[in-house]
Amino acid sequence: MTATTRYDAIIVGGGHNGLVCAAYLAGAGRKVLLLERRHLLGGAAVTEEHLAGFKYSACSYVVSLLRPEIIHDLELAKHGLSIIPLACSFTPDLSGPGLVRWPDFARTHDEISRLSRRDADRYPEFGKAMGKMGDFIRPLLMQPAPDPTRLPRRLGESLSLLRRLRKLGPRGLAQFVQLMTQSAVDLLDRWFESDRLKAPMACSGIIGTFLGVRSPTTAYVLLHHYMGEIDGAYRAWGFARGGTGAISEAIASAARARGAEILCEAAVEKITTRRGSARGVVLEDGREFEARVVISACDPRRTFFSFVGRDQLDDDFVAQITRYRYRGSSGKVNLALDRLPDFSCRPGRGLHLQGDIAIAPSIDYLERAYDEAKHGAFSRRPYINLVIPSLTDPTVAPPGKHVMSAFVQYAPYQLAEGPAAWDQQREAFGDTVVETLEEYCPGLKDAILHRQVLTPLDLEREYGLTEGNIFHGELSLEQLLFMRPTMGWARYQTPIQNLWLCASGAHPGGGLMGAPGALCARRLLEEHYL
Amino acid sequence: MLLPTPVHSRTFAACRSFRFKDWGGYLAVAAYDPSSEVEYYAVRHGCGLFDVSPLRKYDISGPDAGAFLSYLTVRDVAKLAVGRVSYLCWCNDDGQLIDDGTVTRIDAEHYRLTATLPGLHWVDDRASGFNVTVSDVTDRLVALALQGPQARGLLEQLGELNKLRFFRSRAVRLAGLDCYLTRTGYTGDLGYEIWADAADGPALWDALLAAGAAFGLRPAGLEALDICRIEAGFVLNGIDYRSALQCHTAAQSSTPYECGLGWAVDLEREPFVGQAALRKRRGEERLFGVVADWPAIEALFRLQGLPPTIPSAASREGVPLYDGDGCQIGRVTSRTWSPQLKQYIGIAAAPQAHAVPGTRLQMEFTVEYQRRQVPVTVTELPFFDPPRKRSR
Repeated sequence: MTATTRYDAIIVGGGHNGLVCAAYLAGAGRKVLLLERRHLLGGAAVTEEHLAGFKYSACSYVVSLLRPEIIHDLELAKHGLSIIPLACSFTPDLSGPGLVRWPDFARTHDEISRLSRRDADRYPEFGKAMGKMGDFIRPLLMQPAPDPTRLPRRLGESLSLLRRLRKLGPRGLAQFVQLMTQSAVDLLDRWFESDRLKAPMACSGIIGTFLGVRSPTTAYVLLHHYMGEIDGAYRAWGFARGGTGAISEAIASAARARGAEILCEAAVEKITTRRGSARGVVLEDGREFEARVVISACDPRRTFFSFVGRDQLDDDFVAQITRYRYRGSSGKVNLALDRLPDFSCRPGRGLHLQGDIAIAPSIDYLERAYDEAKHGAFSRRPYINLVIPSLTDPTVAPPGKHVMSAFVQYAPYQLAEGPAAWDQQREAFGDTVVETLEEYCPGLKDAILHRQVLTPLDLEREYGLTEGNIFHGELSLEQLLFMRPTMGWARYQTPIQNLWLCASGAHPGGGLMGAPGALCARRLLEEHYL
Repeated sequence: MLLPTPVHSRTFAACRSFRFKDWGGYLAVAAYDPSSEVEYYAVRHGCGLFDVSPLRKYDISGPDAGAFLSYLTVRDVAKLAVGRVSYLCWCNDDGQLIDDGTVTRIDAEHYRLTATLPGLHWVDDRASGFNVTVSDVTDRLVALALQGPQARGLLEQLGELNKLRFFRSRAVRLAGLDCYLTRTGYTGDLGYEIWADAADGPALWDALLAAGAAFGLRPAGLEALDICRIEAGFVLNGIDYRSALQCHTAAQSSTPYECGLGWAVDLEREPFVGQAALRKRRGEERLFGVVADWPAIEALFRLQGLPPTIPSAASREGVPLYDGDGCQIGRVTSRTWSPQLKQYIGIAAAPQAHAVPGTRLQMEFTVEYQRRQVPVTVTELPFFDPPRKRSR
């Protein structure tokens, strides 16, 4: 079959970043084709129904970082997007009432006072300090990474970065450097004394990385999560009505309304090049499409090694992409429940169940979970981040029934027996998660109607996340900003001319943020590449 | 001394924030929880239950009931079929707006009119010469508004709705209680208002809440209602316009045309109160929506070294609206952050020339006691109008 239509841009992969990029480019009048391998759009932001009436947000389950600019620009509310904020953060306990952190200052103070009066008083100060750091970093998220390795060309941007650094003041600068290098526990130790408060707070520092709460640089990851913003109210996380897939559907609808063409079940086999320049794609079914630029919404390794081919790239770049770390460390367990579980430390159906629920009883518990993973086994007592979206969004389960979504860490992609061993260990992993939860909510097991277990191997095979890393590569400091994905190629372009990256493997990184997609589109348009 | 509503025992017990408001002389919950956000989201995602009993309710019955209401209000109510509801307003002889509400034709000779403000005397005084009885049934009825996408599913658990359509009404038995149901509301969402004997109020409340757990139901207060009604572009008497009964000067009053209610005015028919004046004068102003530039608001906060913060409740304090030259040309009477649209929106009024969609104006905005301006764009109302509101 020969190519018949020529597009301005072909986007490979229909995850949320690919869709955002498509919507912006189509909105600027470009002829855009987006190709998705699966039967549904969204990549890791999908809603799936495995048992009639129960809708799982299969992978990504909460949204915080989706940029408000994108919501306005693409008029996502008109396309059906509706985000419901989480009510609170609940950390159940096996002895004692557990801890609930509310958006309401007085209530949170009350709760933390039970653990430590001193911590309760300091808690808001910590929020303020993180807010200040967040203010410094947030603008970086919405502009392409400043690249000191190309100083002359980007002098203006680098200067503005330096000016911002100076504004922090000497003390602020010291705090900033500490924040970028410390472990989450180091950071929290400077502020708080209660282990039961620090443990759930430290979790944000390890999500999606193969690091422990005591590993250096996890403080930055903690901040990265702290910066989620909804309604301009910082640190708020939320559910999308209809599950996370509804976000992808809203963006897809916005893209289509702007004229983008979207094809599902269109698996790309190869990105074709001629003399070092991308010129189109070939699908597995033999169809071919050509375009002025090809934009990959897949992760860097898949893009360069599976679609382009090592032979098209110079050795140095191949080495860099080979070294780019994925090391998926988490899995997902989704449950359909016959009835609402009852937490023995706080029984009943209160508002405390309408936020996220962290199984993170102590720092040592979290560190121990990491120890097992280091040696190639999933944690026997893992860190679990739990949500019950059906409590706030009744559309995801039949009346009276519920869905529970458990993000589980650590589930290392590299098992001691190799990744393939996950196929034998999947159910044991699921059992571990359910048993852990059963300790906190007795009777949960009997309420389970259906269970979906996603191991890092499943995330790779089913959703195209290399090594099961949910962020298209670890969000660790040495893989961020101007080094994401590699030194010198952090501005969405690649060594292959006319091949661009627009997803979480590019600056500013993962999360349901949409920023890489929007920034990539902006750069293409503003600098007249398209 | 504020009066309790028929479900006071329930609303009072559920109100953990102890924040109440005076609603036309009744004690009404502003927000059940310290933050009203959860209640707002319940309305847009599950459903919310509002105690709207303080709404004034007048039963009008007798052979002339239809003719009387056609005379009192701007609509030809006599044409309304039994089991239908109509939204309308009424004016004085000068065509100045007095109040707005709904009228339901319950039976051939029995209508029910709702009003925002107490005004029985006005209605009663116009009735002379008509063979009708006007009775204030406000205290005899409990009124509960069940609003939100899951409202239908919930009610179907309690009784037979027979696919009640938008702006229709019927008598139903819900949880064994005799109720009258209208598919109406003040949120711009799918929703119903349930009218029942005041004595049945607590039992009805309990039944709805018990069944509601599976439908994301939450009792919701006036703060959540206010955000919803601004998103839906509904005007509020006393905020977005002033009842002629409370105006001191003609300039303070508005015609229905000036309040976005012109569509309800049916001029070509038998005489009605205000008809002659409305034929001559439509008024100079127009009601419209404004959407503020969020980055400009953020910038005002940044000037003070603050992160942008959004009050969880809507503001009912009017602020001036300016044109590009800095001349004050109108006002924004209600404004709020819309959690659904992620936009800062307002209901505004200004002379026709400025009310063209797309026009850029400036709205006053205060941060840390500093009065500044932010650019706004004129839009048509409503801001939020989901298809489910009218869906069958």
